[in-house]
Amino acid sequence: MSTSAAQEVEPPRSTGLRRASAFLHRHRGVRVAGLVAAPVLWLGLIYLVALLALFVTAFWRVDFGVTVSREWNLDNFTKLYEQDVYRTVVLRTIVVAASVTVIDAALALPIAFYMAKIARPLVAKLLVVALLMPLWASYLVKAFAWRAMVTPGGVLDSAFGWTPGFGVSAVVITLAYLWLPFMVLPLYAGFEKLPNSLLEASSDLGAKPARTLRTVALPMVVPSLIAGSIFTFSLSLGDYIAVKNVGGKTQMLGNLVFDRQATDIPFAAALATLSVVIMVIYLSLVRRTGALENL
Amino acid sequence: MTITSQRRPVRPTRHHRRTSGLAVLAAAALLATACGTSDSGGSSAKQPGGNGFQAPDIPMADSLGAGEGELNVLAWPGYAESGKNDKTVDWVTPFEKKTGCQVNVKEFGTSDEAVSLMHGGGYDVVSASGDATLRLIAAGDVQPVNTDLVPNYADLSAFLKDQDFNSVDGQMWGIPHGWGANLLMYNKDVVQPAPTDWDAVFGGSSAYAGKVTAYDSPIYIADAALYLMNTKPDLGIKNPYALDKDQLAAAVQVLKDQKANVGEYWSDYTKEVQAFKSGSTVIGTTWQVIANLTEADAPVATVFPDSGSTGWSDTWMVSSNNDHVNCAYMWLDWIASPDVQAQVAEWFGEAPANPKACDSTSKGFCDTYHVTDADYAAKIHYWTTPIKQCLDGRTDIECTDYNAWTDAWTEVKG
Repeated sequence: MSTSAAQEVEPPRSTGLRRASAFLHRHRGVRVAGLVAAPVLWLGLIYLVALLALFVTAFWRVDFGVTVSREWNLDNFTKLYEQDVYRTVVLRTIVVAASVTVIDAALALPIAFYMAKIARPLVAKLLVVALLMPLWASYLVKAFAWRAMVTPGGVLDSAFGWTPGFGVSAVVITLAYLWLPFMVLPLYAGFEKLPNSLLEASSDLGAKPARTLRTVALPMVVPSLIAGSIFTFSLSLGDYIAVKNVGGKTQMLGNLVFDRQATDIPFAAALATLSVVIMVIYLSLVRRTGALENL
Repeated sequence: MTITSQRRPVRPTRHHRRTSGLAVLAAAALLATACGTSDSGGSSAKQPGGNGFQAPDIPMADSLGAGEGELNVLAWPGYAESGKNDKTVDWVTPFEKKTGCQVNVKEFGTSDEAVSLMHGGGYDVVSASGDATLRLIAAGDVQPVNTDLVPNYADLSAFLKDQDFNSVDGQMWGIPHGWGANLLMYNKDVVQPAPTDWDAVFGGSSAYAGKVTAYDSPIYIADAALYLMNTKPDLGIKNPYALDKDQLAAAVQVLKDQKANVGEYWSDYTKEVQAFKSGSTVIGTTWQVIANLTEADAPVATVFPDSGSTGWSDTWMVSSNNDHVNCAYMWLDWIASPDVQAQVAEWFGEAPANPKACDSTSKGFCDTYHVTDADYAAKIHYWTTPIKQCLDGRTDIECTDYNAWTDAWTEVKG
């Protein structure tokens, strides 16, 4: 288009939309506020206020039945502290969540490394699809499927002549299966970002593959590993449906919350606060390693 | 690394962090003053049991109009069948056709679940057992029922009316539905000889270690208490729902011993059906309806032990927060009518509240369920909410209430 033609174009008419956009152009603050309002509202109202309500409720008590009485007290926390059973359950929950995380990390590292560095692009893409596929199926279906797997006389039993049966180990296996994609995907992304040249340089300088993996590749995917562990750990921490299905008589923190929310919301809130506290401790430990800054 | 350094200036400085921390604290304090109320008016006033219990002042319907076209039913499994389990078992569809009230049924597995769901709202009628009724009344979630508006009420068995768990001060808060006993179910191929007593799941449960089941609810403590009542008279248990501290501890010990042999607990009835079908469970407490659903695929049988059993006497209650009162009353009358009573009773395996149902039930049914047998009924200890005032009449000691039972049940499961 020539310059003369452009000059003939009339200035745009001043519609409401244009005035608004001009206004937004001049006022940077309004522009930013408009952009962040929705996410801030979401985060603030739905997330933080709900969390705060949970925390506040934990200091109330329930009267006969389900009526919550808003009298401030520490009874719920005293009970958590004084009765051994809650400590046992919390400890069991942490052990299960940690085991799930370790198992998933051990499985995901080689898978992710293979996908990012060894497999041909097509194979890598197929593997990503294969990994994501289970996420399309409902969580509930998978939990029930594992019930059929571990039940005495079930799939595992008839195929291998062995099954862990209902219990803690079945819970760990099921959760490790359920959350594996959440560990593989961040690791895959981490290995993708790792330049091949570093691996080549390492081997040029005489390092054996094992040493290259240990001293070059692994340290660089630690942030991804931690990102994955946050998923696997926190998801395991709150789970109760898989536990109900394959856990037999096992109780975890999520089950206690589920059982109590029916009759005693304040105590359920106190229990839920516990898992928030565990997660905050976990995140602050992770933060100390500096890994969060590199995410 | 470059990314990190770019981000750094955006991150809050120590000073900023402190102010935002203060803001959160201030918000919390504001919320605290807004939420905390001082007019809770003595939490013990709401405890039932003779002197203390006062039903909230909730109006009752005094006349009925046309149906609202919809009804949300919260029911025990098997109480509101629409033919989805068995095509021939359907008393919901005829009700819809007759009244024009479209019925949405939600099933629940434990009384706790029912109490919680009713408190959340959204249901018009609920079939509540004796361990839920008082809690529902106390929470103000149900309204008194005007029995004059339920013509079939007159025909119901007299011994089900004006009971502690369905009325307050002579005012009915629901319509009796039916009653029955928790039974002992076992796999005939595995459990031999056939068990005759609850000892098979308590003292003698080790014979089927890992394949025993139990009901996953605090109210199951009463089953252990009943067992102790029969086997350890020294403990002085007169009523399995009136346990002092020591008696509760003894019951908890029985349940802890049992836990060693339990494979899994059930509260969702489909889970017990599945466990018996797959053989992962071979013996445990059950309802007749579960046995009905299981017997086609597994060799199960049920027994009512001579030493008695816990059981239920259920009541249909009307929600106080209700847009479908007319449909609700139509449902109450429908479910209390002889024909429907007969169908429900036969399907669920319980005694109907309306003895006229015996004209429509299959031959011998009402004898099997001892519909008019007072001696039999006396062997059933109906689910009742345990409260601080001992239900067996003891006044020199405080009993453990449902909250204590809930804690105890958590402790049992460990």
